[in-house]
Order: sequence, then C-alpha cells, then structure tokens
Amino acid sequence: MSSRVFKVWRGDKSGGRFVDYQVQAEEGMVVLDAIHQIQRTQAPDLACRWNCKAAKCGSCGAEVNGKPRLMCKTRLDALPPGDVVSVSPMRSFPLIRDLVTDVSWNFQVNQKIPPFTPRPDATWIMQQEDVDRVQEFRKCIECFLCQNVCHVLREHDLKQHFFGPRFFVRIASLQMHPMDGLDRMALLKDQAGLGLCNVTKCCTEVCPEEIHITDNAIIPMKERVVDRYYDPLAWLWRKIRHAP
Amino acid sequence: MTDTSCKYETHEHDVIVIGAGGAGLRAAIECSAQGARTALICKSLLGKAHTVMAEGGIAAALAHMDGQDNWQTHFQDTLYGGKYLNNWRMAQLHAQEAPERVRELERWGAVFDRTPDGKIMQRAFGGHTWRRLAHVGDRTGLELIRTLQDKGVHQGIDVFMECTITRLLKDGQRVCGAFGYWRQTGRFVVFQAKAVVLATGGIGKCFKITSNSWESTGDGHALAYQAGAQLVDMEFMQFHPTGMVWPPGVMGLLVTEAVRGEGGLLCNNQGQRFMEKYDPKRMELSTRDVVARAIYTEVKEGRGSPHGGCFLDISHRGAETIKRKLPSMYHQFKELADVDITKEPMEVGPTAHYTMGGIKVDADTGASGVPGLYAAGECTGGVNGANRLGGNSLSDLIVFGQRAGAGAAAYASQAAAPRLDQEQVEAAAREMTSYFGRPSAEDPYRLHLDLQNTMQNLVGIFREEKDLTTALARLEELKQRAAKVGVVEGQRIYNPGWHLCRDLANMLICAEAITRAALWRKESRGAHSRLDFPQYDDYFGEHNLLVQNDGGVMKVEPCPVVKVPELIPLVEQRKAREKK
Repeated sequence: MSSRVFKVWRGDKSGGRFVDYQVQAEEGMVVLDAIHQIQRTQAPDLACRWNCKAAKCGSCGAEVNGKPRLMCKTRLDALPPGDVVSVSPMRSFPLIRDLVTDVSWNFQVNQKIPPFTPRPDATWIMQQEDVDRVQEFRKCIECFLCQNVCHVLREHDLKQHFFGPRFFVRIASLQMHPMDGLDRMALLKDQAGLGLCNVTKCCTEVCPEEIHITDNAIIPMKERVVDRYYDPLAWLWRKIRHAP
Repeated sequence: MTDTSCKYETHEHDVIVIGAGGAGLRAAIECSAQGARTALICKSLLGKAHTVMAEGGIAAALAHMDGQDNWQTHFQDTLYGGKYLNNWRMAQLHAQEAPERVRELERWGAVFDRTPDGKIMQRAFGGHTWRRLAHVGDRTGLELIRTLQDKGVHQGIDVFMECTITRLLKDGQRVCGAFGYWRQTGRFVVFQAKAVVLATGGIGKCFKITSNSWESTGDGHALAYQAGAQLVDMEFMQFHPTGMVWPPGVMGLLVTEAVRGEGGLLCNNQGQRFMEKYDPKRMELSTRDVVARAIYTEVKEGRGSPHGGCFLDISHRGAETIKRKLPSMYHQFKELADVDITKEPMEVGPTAHYTMGGIKVDADTGASGVPGLYAAGECTGGVNGANRLGGNSLSDLIVFGQRAGAGAAAYASQAAAPRLDQEQVEAAAREMTSYFGRPSAEDPYRLHLDLQNTMQNLVGIFREEKDLTTALARLEELKQRAAKVGVVEGQRIYNPGWHLCRDLANMLICAEAITRAALWRKESRGAHSRLDFPQYDDYFGEHNLLVQNDGGVMKVEPCPVVKVPELIPLVEQRKAREKK
C-alpha cells in the first residue's frame, strides 16, 4: 500500500480552503473510497454526498483535479501517478459545505417541464428501434455534471433563462417518445433557452453515462425549433394550410 | 461553538410518506391521487434511493414472451421460492396486480425493452417458471424511479429532500407524525400527520459485505419497532449470490442476476459448472439462497477464484448482445475492475442484498398493528417468505406502494386531527443534540465497522447456536458503546459523523432482531441456514416469527403462516410437482 496526498476543499458559504490528508491507497481504489477513508480516520465531519457507489445514482459528482467527475468511478490509478489529488465541490451550484452543493435549482427546472402525456390514440405498440434513442436519454442518472460544466451556467450563471443540458435531454426523451402527444417546442425556444447553447459539447464530454447530449438531443431539437419558428417556407406552408 | 438549539419548524399533512424509493413514491402518488395532502420525505435527494440499483427487472405475468404465464403460476413460484412461509394473501395480490402496475408505468412514460411485436419484453430469471421480468437493459430500477419521480412531482406532493426522520410521534396509541432533521442545515423539523407510510427499504448496512447503499440502515424497521409495531421473518436475510469481490473498494457491489438470466455460467477454479451438484434442474437459475450457498461452499472447500469468489462467464453471448442487454455490467467491470466481460469471466461472491423480514402489515391496506402507521416495500415482511425471487422486489414496491398509499389516504380521510405531544418532540430533539459535547466519545465509524463484522462473521450465510449466542453478547456490548457514541468534530450542517450516530441506533435494533429470530428458528429454510439444524422442520414450516418490543425487551414469538383457503389447491399442486 502506498500513501497519497489528497487536497480536499473544506469550508462553507463564508469561505474555506484546501486541507491536505494522507490516504493509504489500495489496489483499485476510487476517489470516493479515499474520501470515506478520510472521514473514517481523520475528518469524521467531512461533508460528501453519495449513495450507491456504483455510478448508478449520480450523487457523488465533484471536481477531481479540476475536472467534473463521479468520485465513485474515478480510479486513483487513472490519475497522474505520484501527484497530489485535489477534490473540490461542483462550482456551478451554491456551496452547502465541503464537497456538497445545493442542486435544488435542477429539481425546480424539472417541474417546469410538462410531463409525459400519451396521445389519445396511443397503442403502446412500439418497436425497439423506435425507442432506442429515447432509452439513451433515459439512461441519465441526474448527476448534474453536464449542468456544472455548461458555460452558460458555469461562467454566465443564466439559470433564470436556461434549463441546461440535463433538461434538454429530458425534454428530448419526451418529444421523441413514440406515444407522447404534447408539443414542447415553444417551451424549448422561450423558457428553456435552447438557443443559448452554442454546441461546444462540454456536456457530452463529462457525461458518465456517455449520452450523446449534443448530437442526439440538443442539435435535433434546435433543428426542430428552427424548422418551426424560423424557416420561411415552413411558415408560409403553415399559413396556407391553416387558411380558412 | 456547536448550535445545540432545539428549535424546530412544523408542517402539517394528511399523510406523510417516509422514504422515496419505488414504494414510497408509488404510495405518495396514490395518496395524492386520493386527495390527501401528502408529504414525501427522503433521506437523500429525490431519485437517488436504492431502487436505482435494481437492475434485472420487474416480475409480472404479462405473458408477452410465454403465453402460458398467468398470476397463478407467479403466485406458485413466489411461494416455492419463499419456502411456503409467505403471507399467501400478499403473494396473491402481488401476482395478480403486478401486470397492471407495470402497464401503468408504461402509461406514465416508462420505456421498457420491446418484443419483436412491439410489446414489453420479458426475460428469464431465477425461480420464475416463465420469462417474466419486464426490463430496461440492466437499469430497470432507474427507469422505475425516474418514471414515478416525474409523475409525482407534477401531482402536488410536497417533497422534503435530505431530511432524516429519527422518531415517530404518537397520540395515545395512534401515530400522529414524525420528528426529523434537515441534513443541509442540521435544524429540526416536525411533521404532523393523520397517517404515516414507512417505505424506508432495507438493512444491508448491518453487514460488512453488502450491495446496499449507506441509506439502508433499517430506519423504518426500527421506527416501527419503537412505535410498537411487529416485525416478521427477520431471520431471513438474502445474500445475493453474485456481488463483486474485487477490488476491495467495491466488494459486495451487485452483479445483476440478469447476467445468469441472459445465459451466464458459474464455474469454480477447476472449470466445473458446480451448480449441477446443488440444483441440476435449474442450474444457474436456481433460487438465490441455493446459489449463494453453493458459491460459499465452493470457496470454502478451496475451489474459489483468486479473489475469493467464483467465476461468472457471459462472454459466449458475444460483445454486441452483452453491451445491449447488460450495459451497466459491462461498464462496471471495465471501469472498476479492469475486466472486459465480453472477453473474460467475472469474479463474484455472495453479498448481503435484501431483507425478507420487516414490518408486519395487512396485505390489502399496508396497515401495521399501530393505528395510522402503514408500510410498503422492503421494510415490510410477508410477500417473500423465507427467500425472495429476483424481480419480485420492484413488483412488490409498486403493488404494495399503491395499496399502502390507498390505505393510508382512506384512514386519513376518516381520522380526526391528531394532537402533538410537546414532550415527545423535545425528547427527540434532545436525543439528536446529545451526540455533541460528549467527552471521550465512542467513534461512530469504528462502532459501525464492529457491528458489520459481528453480523458478517456470526449471523451470515451459515449460522449456528454458538455463533448466534456470541453475536447477541457482542451486540449487547455494542449497545453499551452506542450509548456513548458522539460527534468528535464539527457542526450540525451536513455532518456525516453526526448522522451515523443516529443510524447506528436503528442498525442495532435490526441486527438484534435478525439474530434473535435466527436463534429461534431451529431449522434451515430459504435464506436461513443452520449448521446445527440442517433440515426442514414441520413446525417451523407452518410458522413465522414475530419480533416486538415488550416493555424495552425484544421478544420473539411464533405465529401461524397466513393462508388463503381457496388457494390451497394451487399450493398443493405445486408441492406435488416439486416432489417429482
């Protein structure tokens, strides 16, 4: 067993600092194991949110060496050997204490999205290939790493005007559901602020579930919004079709 | 200076649901749909409960893959798996209503894998006669919880996240609310309610090697016990046959039974498919109790894998199928253990996974023996008897979540407004602040580890009287130490050490209940294996064990299995078939 130095951010709203801890590194250890070891042996009050320790619940998001990661899935042997490992809270959300942030804004956003609403003629017969895409979106474990890294939220803090990648994925999972009968295009264009996304794919890069957030959710929905609201030919066609 | 204020805020509802996994969410949705003002209280964030870890599927006799399937067969399979100690009425309702609850999930937006003709796909699983598990790859639990979560938040349910209930409050005999604390602020909160539904899940954290998350500390079991309710079948702890055994940090992490459902083979270090010795008929798809004992025995007799498990191989199914049907398993092994399961076998071994035991409830309404107190899901006992079949948990959650929700809402609509007893609230608050400022306090982390080792080593897969007696003596010592456990460092805001101090009290009650019931049952049946009583016993085969608080002393007593006369022919038919 070798020893490794961890710099863990300790503090609350009023301020804080990185504190060094020596961790006994075991084979196959992940960052969350190290945090638990620190709690058990050196800092029993170190605040950290976690649940399943299997990358299924999405609770333990943090920034490891400055990169947004799930702590339960980040192996020490995948980090540069010998170096100090820094662990700090997700930066885009208000801090509660140590590694725990207030992610309640995300739950408020979710509530603004009209839920699944079956078409009146829904048969519930769906082919696998018709639901593959929706299932990809439904893999989301709500770790909010994509929200954390999205610069519309991280640098510009436009939480009032922008739902963020997680909820574009959520809306896409509803819009592309073969049995859903609701139209959420106006929501996407206005309240959700889809247009603010400039497709830098930062969200896709950090997704632990490897959901193709940008390519499969955001871009197709941007295209639908453009077709609906900004395509002059489509606009004209709708006018003619709906003319009395 | 630590804030030792006992101030609290108060909320008033018709029904509060404690726990927001599948059962709690389904109960809250039902309460709210019946017009009750409903609160849903969860120890973690919404959508993170242990239900997300359920992988393989939801058992329901939809008969999409095998047209012969029906509720009667599902009922028979459940009783056979539970070694006929199940509450028959619960097993009946469960088998009858699971298909409708699954179709309801689909109508609420769940997207299950599809059959070639576009219906909900079903897979084979241990102990199920037909292909019965509706599933989404190997992340069915996530699909279930997300569907219920998105349904629930649009229904006007008040959700209280990261809020831990430490005590049920009573008005005379009836329950009238609960006391808890906000993790994010450390402040206290009182919920006043006409009815309470417990849906707090399992008790896996009593054991060292477990598939359960930190939340599974038996809160509902302990709260109900302290409030005067009976627990049933506590001796039956399911050790899932296949948990990861390496690396050390993930020891116990679940490897879904779907691996075997999709054709995975179990081998020992001599390359022998050892299940042919233990259950030649069902082989890898035998019931979990049998497979767990088989692996344990192979390892103990020197035929284990390098890290103390056995081999589970699915690589013959081909990379494409594996990645499509078992994507989480593929990633889990690739990322955490450097093992590519499309090319090489996994190493697996038994892990404490699920408790069949729990609060004794009325099958139809979820009512416990305490007026106003209801329960659903893993924190209840009855439907699974001595051993649960894979897939019967998710169906249990939605069938009995719905029933307990309806039961609690109906009770609340008739009940008078309860009175809060100030003294109980203050006592609960004092308990929580008492962990601060104890000189030379016991370390809660150390104590937890000692508890886990005691249970793992003395009350594990194989049990015997001397071990169980030793365990009881150790638990007594641990209780003494727990009285001195304290917060060595820090404040009330999001303090995991403080939290663990309180969790320990619950785990100790559960551990004692398991051990006392295990000592009482002098036979081997289902998940309970006694080395000193290796056979079935006719008396115990007709009796469940009840655990309850008798003036501060934990009492165990037998009671006859709950049977349904009109189902006797079905049960006899199955018993006759098994004898052949």
